[in-house]
Amino acid sequence: MEIKVIHAGMQTTVQDLGRRGHLAQGVPIGGAVDPVALRLANLLVGNAEGLPALEITLTAPELEFEKDAWVAVCGARFEGVPPWRPFRVFEGDRLKFGNRVQGCRAYLSICGGFDVEPLMGGRGTFLPAAFGGFEGRALRDGDVIRSVPSERVLSGRWSIDERVLPHYSREPLVSVIPGSQAAEFGDALYSERFTVTARSNRMGIRLEGPPIARTAGGELVSTAVAPGTVQVPPDGNPIVLMADAQTLGGYPRIAHVVSADIPLLAQLAPGDGVRFKKTSVSEAHALARAEERRLALLRQGLAEKIRSA
Amino acid sequence: MKLQPLGDVAVVATLGEGIDPATLARVLDFAEALGRAKAKGITDIVPAYASVTVFYDSAQLSDAPGGAYESVCRLMETCAVQSKSLHGALGTKVVEIPVCYGDDYGPDIEIVAEHCRISVEDVVSLHSGADYMVYAIGFTPGFPYLGGLPEALRSPRKDTPRSRVPGGSVGIGDLQTGVYPMASPGGWQIIGRTPMQLFRPHLEPAALLKPGDRVRFKPMSPGDYELWR
Repeated sequence: MEIKVIHAGMQTTVQDLGRRGHLAQGVPIGGAVDPVALRLANLLVGNAEGLPALEITLTAPELEFEKDAWVAVCGARFEGVPPWRPFRVFEGDRLKFGNRVQGCRAYLSICGGFDVEPLMGGRGTFLPAAFGGFEGRALRDGDVIRSVPSERVLSGRWSIDERVLPHYSREPLVSVIPGSQAAEFGDALYSERFTVTARSNRMGIRLEGPPIARTAGGELVSTAVAPGTVQVPPDGNPIVLMADAQTLGGYPRIAHVVSADIPLLAQLAPGDGVRFKKTSVSEAHALARAEERRLALLRQGLAEKIRSA
Repeated sequence: MKLQPLGDVAVVATLGEGIDPATLARVLDFAEALGRAKAKGITDIVPAYASVTVFYDSAQLSDAPGGAYESVCRLMETCAVQSKSLHGALGTKVVEIPVCYGDDYGPDIEIVAEHCRISVEDVVSLHSGADYMVYAIGFTPGFPYLGGLPEALRSPRKDTPRSRVPGGSVGIGDLQTGVYPMASPGGWQIIGRTPMQLFRPHLEPAALLKPGDRVRFKPMSPGDYELWR
């Protein structure tokens, strides 16, 4: 069925869980900046958790639905849109979002998923190279995007238990693993509060705080970086690389945000703050396993709800 | 070989410090051995200059003795030994890239000529007379970092990067040269442009070049450039 884009919002793109296996060709992982919110949005409408959904950034779109459909919106919260639960839109309905209440990126899933072609193993939009997703670009006013038909019957009289949601905050304490050049910097990363600047995007979150001084070390030969890598360029303001991060980097890496805390950063809007604390690789993997167990429980619960609907 | 974690997602092996063909050859042999191992839970192997970074899926390796990180390190140590018997294909593939130098195609060619105290013609003949080696692919999809720039062409990056460099632009950044496969921001001095597609997402492989390939640039006229397009 068709969904008409009345207003596109600031930057609304089709995203999934990214591309794997192409980093050596310089193709970033990409996909949802907050993969947990995308997975939950899909699970809520009975989809496989990696189907393409719309990633909405700061200002929301207005959409008109050709037919009745179940949708869900997870991640950032907007007035007038029920968060973290499936809800029904009817033929000819216009879904309007109110003001943003919390967070930076919302994920709108639709029962059946959005209908875009896979490219290099993913259906997400990679804006810098203009490929993937919907015509390789963000949605524009007047676009018509299609969803895959689904006969699935859902019920909307419930929402997700808050305990399984990421602990979003406007000033999260984020766990990091020290990076290759951590010893060339003092402990400033762990003692200061950093502010998210407006120059942040899908490639990276640019932070500002008391500049972090590098006390040793010279020019580096570029090596691979990944979403989560915290680089410190010569100006001393750290950059946390996100989903569309370039695959190689030459700036010193002071730290790397653990996978389980990526959603916390993904939801930071300009002006929000962040603090960092040190952890180990094995602790990070334990956090990731705990997250997967919470999602598995939810998947199980949802499967029962959807069966009984 | 030094192994370090890249967060909870990858392990970085550092095999040297410099930018030289001998180190690159060891890096590529090591990456080849890792690829051949087809080990469970490995999602990406990224060779670049003097390092190989191995990305893994910790969920698939959670039962491994000692945990995911330790098991990837063990795999890398085993493959490092195996790679010593490989003597890979460094430099066997040569790709000729036609370049239209100067004018609107290479708006910084005079800056480079002035900085290097040579003529624009010398910039063209030096740049197209050298053999280059691909040391890494990155920055944007398919972007080759090329080593082998003649010292006489060494030029500083621009103080303020351009917000948009056209696709196909050939640039010089310090002692490296490279080709921007697609329009992107860029801080290198742009001396020419190629009509050749270095990244084709619908083909396999999508990137025309890979680390270890050799590259030569061949001057072309604006007329030939427009015909090729």
